[in-house]
Amino acid sequence: MFRDKACIVGVGETGFCRKPGSGVSDLVLQLQAAVNALDDAGLSGREVNGIMPFPNLGSAEELAANLGCENLRFSSTIHMGGAAPVASLQAAAIAVTSGAADCVLIPGGWNGYSGARVRETTSTDVSSIPGGAIARDYYMPHGLTAPPQWYALMARRHMHEYGTTHEHLGAVAVAMRNHAALNPAAFMHGKPLSLDEYLASPMIADPYRLNDCCLETDGGAAVIVTTAERARDLRKRPIHIMGAAAGQPHPADEITNRRDFHQVGLSIAAPEAFHMAGVCHDDVDFAQIYDCFTFEVIQQLEEAGFCKRGEGGSFVENGAIELGGRLPVNTHGGLLSQAHMLGISHIVEAVRQLRGEADARQVENAEIGVVTGWGDFGDGSIAILRR
Amino acid sequence: MANQAVPYNKPLPAMEGLAGEFYGWCKQGELRFQRCKGCGVFRHVPRETCAECNSFDSEWARSTGCGIVYSWTVVERALHPAFTDSTPMAPVVVEMEEGVRLLSEVVDCSPDELEIGMPVQVEFAAVTDEISLPRFRRREAR
Repeated sequence: MFRDKACIVGVGETGFCRKPGSGVSDLVLQLQAAVNALDDAGLSGREVNGIMPFPNLGSAEELAANLGCENLRFSSTIHMGGAAPVASLQAAAIAVTSGAADCVLIPGGWNGYSGARVRETTSTDVSSIPGGAIARDYYMPHGLTAPPQWYALMARRHMHEYGTTHEHLGAVAVAMRNHAALNPAAFMHGKPLSLDEYLASPMIADPYRLNDCCLETDGGAAVIVTTAERARDLRKRPIHIMGAAAGQPHPADEITNRRDFHQVGLSIAAPEAFHMAGVCHDDVDFAQIYDCFTFEVIQQLEEAGFCKRGEGGSFVENGAIELGGRLPVNTHGGLLSQAHMLGISHIVEAVRQLRGEADARQVENAEIGVVTGWGDFGDGSIAILRR
Repeated sequence: MANQAVPYNKPLPAMEGLAGEFYGWCKQGELRFQRCKGCGVFRHVPRETCAECNSFDSEWARSTGCGIVYSWTVVERALHPAFTDSTPMAPVVVEMEEGVRLLSEVVDCSPDELEIGMPVQVEFAAVTDEISLPRFRRREAR
């Protein structure tokens, strides 16, 4: 496979904001992030000949026209919602190692706060998620209309079977906020959260309170992948993709009828990625876990194999997923406390950690890191990266 | 029964294709699930083929209507405007005796009384002239 043959060579972001909004279009946010990533790599748009747009966020044609990608010969979108960017790392690695492309841009950016909100699009646009018609016909008539409600069904069942508690969920929220305190770019920088404040925050979709739910923000992020050979000549230290995989639960388009209710795409993808990488969980120095809601962090830590199923609650307690703990998670603050950049910022942060560019939140001597994605009704993706 | 003076304003299924067939039975007061004629396995939501044996042949087999609460969430803050006046409300996953699960509601039970494993029995709510939704009521365990 492509172990260590493809590298992330450029990362870029915009600033993150809410009110009054970015003032520019989704496209401009993506272009700003892409230009920053190109500059980070020391590349020009002309050298990009592969683009993997995020689902429903614009076209490769439009991005290529603006960035001057004159030789575009690979474009593809992975329809996995928030799992798409990390799944795109896998596809980009396949593309550059096969020769289908030399240099692949994975862009993202949206007015997630000031534009159409996910809570609305999941209700009003059947095509916005793969299970949209099923949600319309079988979920929405009974009041199940939006992501926190879908996933709360999983969290509730997990609490029943394994004794996972509200305090466990709170430990995730507090950890992300503590990391945001060390990241001046995080939207929740300077806004501390205690466990008591977490427990007092209003319920949205039990067991999810306000502080279990990710931010909705405006902004953009992008990464660039090329071959290890080409990466040697570029501006920054290349970050190698040791292993990457994506997976889907069965069925992927319907959340209630899985034989194993807790199985998600990551359950399938994680063993593949670790096998390809040839490393074990104890080798991993940090993990950037797609944190749309707090329980999804616990569930993904379990399904990725960092602990046994049912032990995720105790795994996240007592600062174990904070800097200095056994496995720092989402050192940038994540979707919960940095910004919702569709999962791309999780890749950006992993790269910064492995380059040693993470300033006050640097994981000491970080050599190997994991990044995951989660989307739609539990699609999953994972990449294992090394410096 | 809904007050006819106030039109029902909540989301409704599209009465077409297999969903139209499923809700067509509901309209007649019957909860039916597809059962594969090849291997006999029940399925929900309705699909064109059986995921077990890929047979296209299925029949709409009547459910006992009995199940247990499998999971739920309590929506305290509506994220869809049609449900703003309905909170708190609890979308519930019911596991049926046939083995399939469906998303519904338990009508005679406040959200804080729900328990996993609670026995429930289907009933139907004619929310419009065309559409009846399957909902559940508590029953004695058997």
